[in-house]
Amino acid sequence: MSSVKAPLQKKSERPHSSFPETELDKASIRFAGDSGDGMQLTGTRFSSTSVLAGNDVISFPDYPAEIRAPAGTLAGISSFDLSFSSSEIYTTADSLEVLVAMNPAALKANIKDLEKGGILIVNSDSFAENDLRKAEYKKNPLESGELNDYRVVQIPITKLTLKAVEETGLSHRDGARCKNFFALGVVKWLFVRPLEQTQEWIQEKFKRPEIAKANELALQAGYNYAITVELFHARYHVPPAVLPSGDYRQITGSQALALGCVAASSRSGLNLLYASYPITPASDILHELAQYKNFGIKTIQAEDEIAAISSSIGSAFGGTLAVTGTSGPGFDLKSEAIGYAVMTELPLVVLNIQRGGPSTGLPTKSEQADLLAAMYGRHGEAPVPVLAAATPGDCFYMVLEAFRLALKYMTPVIVLSDGGLANASEPWKIPDEIQLPDLKPDFHTEQENFSPYQRNQQTLARNWAIPGTPGLEHRLGGLEKDSVTGEISYEPENHERMVFLRDEKIKRIKNDLPPLEIIGPEKNELLVVTWGSVYGPAFSAVEELQVQGHPVSMVHLRHLNPFQKNLAGILKNFEKVLVPEMNLGQLSRLLRAEFLVDTIPFAKVQGRPFLISEIRSRILELLAEK
Amino acid sequence: MNVQVKPRSSVELTKADFVSDQTVRWCPGCGDYAILANIQKLMPELGIPKENIVFVSGIGCSSRFPYYMDTYGLHTLHGRAPAFATGLKVARPDLTVWLVTGDGDGLSIGGNQLLHMLRRNLDVNVLLFNNRIYGLTKGQYSPTSEQGKVTKSTPFGSPDMPLNPMLFALSAGATFIARTFDVDAKGMQGIFKEAVKHKGTSFVEIYQNCNIYNDGTFSPIYERAVREDRILQLKHGEPFIFGKNQNKGIRLNGLKPEVVDLENGFNRDELLRHNQYSSDSTLANLLSNFNYPEFPVPMGVLRQIKNSTYGEIIEKQIHTHLEKHGKGKLTDLLRGTHVWTN
Repeated sequence: MSSVKAPLQKKSERPHSSFPETELDKASIRFAGDSGDGMQLTGTRFSSTSVLAGNDVISFPDYPAEIRAPAGTLAGISSFDLSFSSSEIYTTADSLEVLVAMNPAALKANIKDLEKGGILIVNSDSFAENDLRKAEYKKNPLESGELNDYRVVQIPITKLTLKAVEETGLSHRDGARCKNFFALGVVKWLFVRPLEQTQEWIQEKFKRPEIAKANELALQAGYNYAITVELFHARYHVPPAVLPSGDYRQITGSQALALGCVAASSRSGLNLLYASYPITPASDILHELAQYKNFGIKTIQAEDEIAAISSSIGSAFGGTLAVTGTSGPGFDLKSEAIGYAVMTELPLVVLNIQRGGPSTGLPTKSEQADLLAAMYGRHGEAPVPVLAAATPGDCFYMVLEAFRLALKYMTPVIVLSDGGLANASEPWKIPDEIQLPDLKPDFHTEQENFSPYQRNQQTLARNWAIPGTPGLEHRLGGLEKDSVTGEISYEPENHERMVFLRDEKIKRIKNDLPPLEIIGPEKNELLVVTWGSVYGPAFSAVEELQVQGHPVSMVHLRHLNPFQKNLAGILKNFEKVLVPEMNLGQLSRLLRAEFLVDTIPFAKVQGRPFLISEIRSRILELLAEK
Repeated sequence: MNVQVKPRSSVELTKADFVSDQTVRWCPGCGDYAILANIQKLMPELGIPKENIVFVSGIGCSSRFPYYMDTYGLHTLHGRAPAFATGLKVARPDLTVWLVTGDGDGLSIGGNQLLHMLRRNLDVNVLLFNNRIYGLTKGQYSPTSEQGKVTKSTPFGSPDMPLNPMLFALSAGATFIARTFDVDAKGMQGIFKEAVKHKGTSFVEIYQNCNIYNDGTFSPIYERAVREDRILQLKHGEPFIFGKNQNKGIRLNGLKPEVVDLENGFNRDELLRHNQYSSDSTLANLLSNFNYPEFPVPMGVLRQIKNSTYGEIIEKQIHTHLEKHGKGKLTDLLRGTHVWTN
């Protein structure tokens, strides 16, 4: 029906297969539909399959804030992006090769991201007048010609699914729910993926036999339909990637944070208390950790954000690992208590999974605008180390690093992640337990001349003596302390001494950090500096430009406070420093303040990640300026 | 743990062992001194090693308490002591935790935290010093101040109705609710001992006199001259009788309690009888609502019921899970359910 433009990028064709197969280096697909259409499930299943087929996969779910917006409306669209590749990828692609739109609203919201000539699979059964109206279409896009640039594949998915599952006797409503598996079957055929793994998964996941059977039937029906009805001109094969050898698993950011906590507990020999209050997108960390009752993990769902962090600190006083997790609004509420942990010098990890702000903002969308809040969001001089994860898998390592610093320096530590990382998944090389850092603490037990504020002369960390230790009874509190006895002191010089001490203690962490790695030449025209999830798109852009010979290098910061020692020197070697951030220039501001370098901020605050092309364009623009 | 010291037998402990080296800075004449002295007197009698006792407090005059006890102590944030105590007690069920708070700290900013700790029945002993005023910040009204109270922040009288700590605790589901007062050393000792014995949150309200900002607020109730007429001493199983000559009682008239004269052969069987352990909360509710001047103010244990504690349930879940699955292996957890090799 539509004119076919240039086919998808192809590397070779296999002449002897019964159906033409085109080999692709990578592909991107998005499943989009109503919140109730099972798009997340479909996407996750396809992601799993791709991972098992050996591709490097990056996925990115996009949820609406409402649990169930009115069906068929633009507000209710839920989508799942995934990119899979035969080489290493770091972010989902800027545009899609395939878009599956289960209704007009899904089509409207997502069509602009489909490449010209890309494949558009639609459920033609859901393009009735009512559906079109809800999606604010004046004319039916399937007939108006506005989709002529794409390869539109119309499938009456609802009808076909109902027919396929008829024998199970499910109601019309329940049967129609299987249409996401139909769509999955079609896509699996398109990308030469076998059905076995999904079939096994269906059997495991759905306890009611008629539902499991229906889903299986729908899956098979979709697959068969794709073969039989000659919907497509070719199938696409993305060969397995060559990743560094080792054992891998899929992991989301939330899972990685949780596993990091368990690993920290194991490596320190201490129990861990995780206290939090449910908040999007951090709740999953609590859900994960709540299950690990046989790992020395205790969890508390507190009555509010303040109670959560207070409980964590109470537990730290008792001598356990202590951690709390939240997002922006909760992070604000925790400010006072973080300051208390600074004053009492107790080890604590605070996870902030950033989302669109300010205030309630965009609960399910990604942003990274809490950096300055993490740095300065407390009254008084209350310095806190700040770390940020780069990828979902990196969340694991940042939690371990946070605990390392918290225990060694007797301080709260903030770890910043974001909603995108929390929900996105990627293949993760499973670490060897013995290679993880040893975190065993040094509880003080000597009674001779004990003062809780005596310090290690190198780190400036104070003694950690826990309740239950005879003879070391002492009181901690938020009032200023005498630097020698630890008793309450209002003395002016003492306060100054303590303020400087607490500040110096955090600064000394600099001596304990590995040097920052530069991606590319040490001296160059332009340096891209990133933090958080901007790593993915920025690295993809920089890598490509480096291959093309452009004078650009990149550093990615996981330690935001203090910065690594060699950052100062690095910044001096570049004519221009570009800082792309999902905020209005917060890291940019920090770099300017500390290093007196004229950074160039590049802001994107749309609640979604940078496109590779956006960063690439900006770099090229700056390189072109003389 | 590598202990460098000879463990001390609790038999050797005396009151002096619990007195810290800090000069007590409450105003001379403050009711807190008496409470402190009585707690310090009680500690050696508990047979608990000193190092296993922790005092947690919020912010306020009441909350300076931990600094004067030579035990582990945590002076926390305004209103948040219950949350700190929850984390500590869950992490360290072996410790004996006391929580000291006030009418401002516990019922104003800390109302929510206190509510949930009571609801969870955390095994801690709570002392709420109620002086019906904000002492530390120099004299503003508190959630327990009388309506119309004239203070610096309410020069024309406070607009709010006061909160009743006993009712608050009862509504929260507290399993041990008691009241005593700062000049009743014997009464305090008795209540504190019962509080310690109770497994779960022991909530004790202590009428405390702030002689600087609200002097004499409880005099109409506990001044020696009027004490017997204005206070109902609760004893489990005993009828509600009070008065200097033990000549007044309380009975139920339909659903309403009323004070009756016991002269002239009044049938004492009609009187309400205290049942400290009743699983039904009606009696405790009635008692919580006895306010001066209509009724004598109850002193003693209003209610004491058994219920599982928060910590108990958490420990049980862990125990059950461990029995079923054994100690978790980190390597297995890291590998998850689906591993492939490149």
